[in-house]
Amino acid sequence: MALVLKQVKLSKGGFLLSADFELKTGSLTSVMGPSGAGKSTLFDGLAGFIAPDQGTVEFDGVVLNAHEPGRRPIAILFQDNNLFPHLTAGQNIGLALSHKRRLTPAQMMQVDSVLARLGLEGMAERSLSQLSGGQLSRVALARMLLLDRPVWLLDEPFAALGPSLKRDMLALVKDMAAEVGATVLMITHDPSDALGLSDETILVADDHVSGPFSTKDLLADPPEALRQYL
Amino acid sequence: MASRAVSITSAGLVTALVAIPLFAVFSRAGGVASLGAGDWSALRFTVWQASLSALLSCAFAIPAARALHRQRFWGREALVTVLGAPFILPVIVAILGLLAVFGREGLLSQALMFVGLPRIHIYGLHGILLAHVFFNLPLAIRLILQGWQDVPSERFRLAAQLGLGPLAMLRVVEWPVLKKSVPGAFLVIFVVCLSSFAVALTLGGGPKATTVELAIYQAFRFDFDIGKAATLAVLQLVFVGVAAAVLLRLVGAPRADVGLGRDQVFLRKSSRITTALDAGMIALVAVFLMGPILAIVWSGVFELTNLPASVFRAAGHSLTVALVSTGLCIAFALPLATFRAGQMVSLFGFALSPLVLGTGLFLLIQPYANPFELALVVTCVTNALMALPFAVRAIGPAFSQINADYARTADMLSLLGGARWRWLYLPRLRRPIGFSAGLAAALSMGDLGVIVLFADPDRATLPLQMYRLMSAYQMDAASGAALLLLVLSLGLFWIFDRGGRRGVGS
Repeated sequence: MALVLKQVKLSKGGFLLSADFELKTGSLTSVMGPSGAGKSTLFDGLAGFIAPDQGTVEFDGVVLNAHEPGRRPIAILFQDNNLFPHLTAGQNIGLALSHKRRLTPAQMMQVDSVLARLGLEGMAERSLSQLSGGQLSRVALARMLLLDRPVWLLDEPFAALGPSLKRDMLALVKDMAAEVGATVLMITHDPSDALGLSDETILVADDHVSGPFSTKDLLADPPEALRQYL
Repeated sequence: MASRAVSITSAGLVTALVAIPLFAVFSRAGGVASLGAGDWSALRFTVWQASLSALLSCAFAIPAARALHRQRFWGREALVTVLGAPFILPVIVAILGLLAVFGREGLLSQALMFVGLPRIHIYGLHGILLAHVFFNLPLAIRLILQGWQDVPSERFRLAAQLGLGPLAMLRVVEWPVLKKSVPGAFLVIFVVCLSSFAVALTLGGGPKATTVELAIYQAFRFDFDIGKAATLAVLQLVFVGVAAAVLLRLVGAPRADVGLGRDQVFLRKSSRITTALDAGMIALVAVFLMGPILAIVWSGVFELTNLPASVFRAAGHSLTVALVSTGLCIAFALPLATFRAGQMVSLFGFALSPLVLGTGLFLLIQPYANPFELALVVTCVTNALMALPFAVRAIGPAFSQINADYARTADMLSLLGGARWRWLYLPRLRRPIGFSAGLAAALSMGDLGVIVLFADPDRATLPLQMYRLMSAYQMDAASGAALLLLVLSLGLFWIFDRGGRRGVGS
């Protein structure tokens, strides 16, 4: 039971990233590495936005290579543009459940309860412009919870938040992931985020994904590429 | 994917709508040898008047755009907005307005008579040029103004800091800008004026002032010589097609909303003399553009209450035609805007003149039905095709931006096909769709093109009815109809454009 990349080669914009690693289902992992090293490319490959040149991406024994992004057991949060600004908070979350014009009463209750779970009680009707940065992040998390996919990829979705708000959001992610048993990968530039979130970290540097390493050990004695970056 | 099939079908349909009539035209056309001396002189006149129109428009636009760029004054923004209006102004309304100011009985003639000078004779080449400059001067100003606004303000500041004199300023800063924007403006206007029909119909005519477009109509309606009309249509097709191809190659597809947004003023130091010259230029442009429109409003407002029933019937036809052709235009524009080949297909409407298309449709319909009974249907289709390039040009870039921002989130949510349109594209395209719909509606409302070819007494549109009133010298009723048409055209644009702006989340 794991997320497995076997001899994967991903190419994007003329550079080639190779990855070969395995993460246990339900584990939390940070992804670190210099800017432009290919962290987002790795996520694009996992989420299905780019197809690997070779190798396989598997989850729980199922090869995902041929699956469209929407048909993978993987949910992703980007740095921005996660939510559609012309829709309300509730409509954005509801898209995780149904693409029909209206939600069923049961689905509406699901939306309301996930909002309440994230401390956004009664905010379904709010337009996004009425919400704060922290609340917007929570809406995006709420949608990810309702999407009900076992793997979560977080591509620095909280980068724009202040330090204490970011800490709160990471704690929330950790709680929720533990609750549903999600496998989480999170890109971060900040060693304290990595230490706070996960025991393990994978490193993307020099066209290669290595690890997972113990986050503590890695940060205590970082390899050259990471040291320069930090 | 389903939406892909829709896109390709739409592109195929639009291509067929253009290609099949063209095929009909070609199959009926005689050889070049069948063209008489009059036809060649029509061709010469067409090119000549289009060149002069473009030249004059640009010549006046350069100082006007420069004045608008460097002066700041009360009402400046309003004036820049008004510069967008002639684009959606019904041609026939503007012509009546121009007659009211520059015509035989117009204000200017009366003023001249008052001081003992002869009246102005507006019909002929100079009348056509006057009307073309009226329509295209604002477009030229907007294009050239846009060119100036694309220059980083630092360059002007630097020039000021270096203390460049007027000549050095011209060489270092202004000339490069003009060199980039003026040829484009010239070409756009040249191409637009090549297919001038309504202006030539009303202010031209006679052996000395006939455009090819008008010659097609005359071959149709007066000589009943469809073969000759088809031959002329081929001639027109080749000339406009080549000119449009050159234009697209050199400057790209024209947009309707150029020079209206993102309007900034960089204060440039100017002497008292240049300020006075600028003020004079701006005043001249404002009076030239506003005069005819105000004349229409003034003379029409007293006639509105006693308009003949035929005018209201025609207004009803026009409204229906405008709404149907708007619907068609948007229905084609949305799928075509989503891919490059589709965007190219939409440009047929720009390279093709309405009368050429009309001739082809007439030839196609004739064996099976009475073309005159289908006048309004043909008008709907033609008008939709004519507005299509502008709609696609407005929607296409917005569509690409939505994909750049949200395609991955939508993919991840597996938001595909119709659901993607409903939840993502349509709401976010509201603004360009509203603008395009307004444009299509206003253009169609004011169109005086194919309908003249297919005209029959029972099925007039409002512009046609107005033209008939003018031809019958019922100037009072024509003025009332003109005001009604003006209000309906601008009103339709306003409603659609407004609808697109309302309730748009950031």
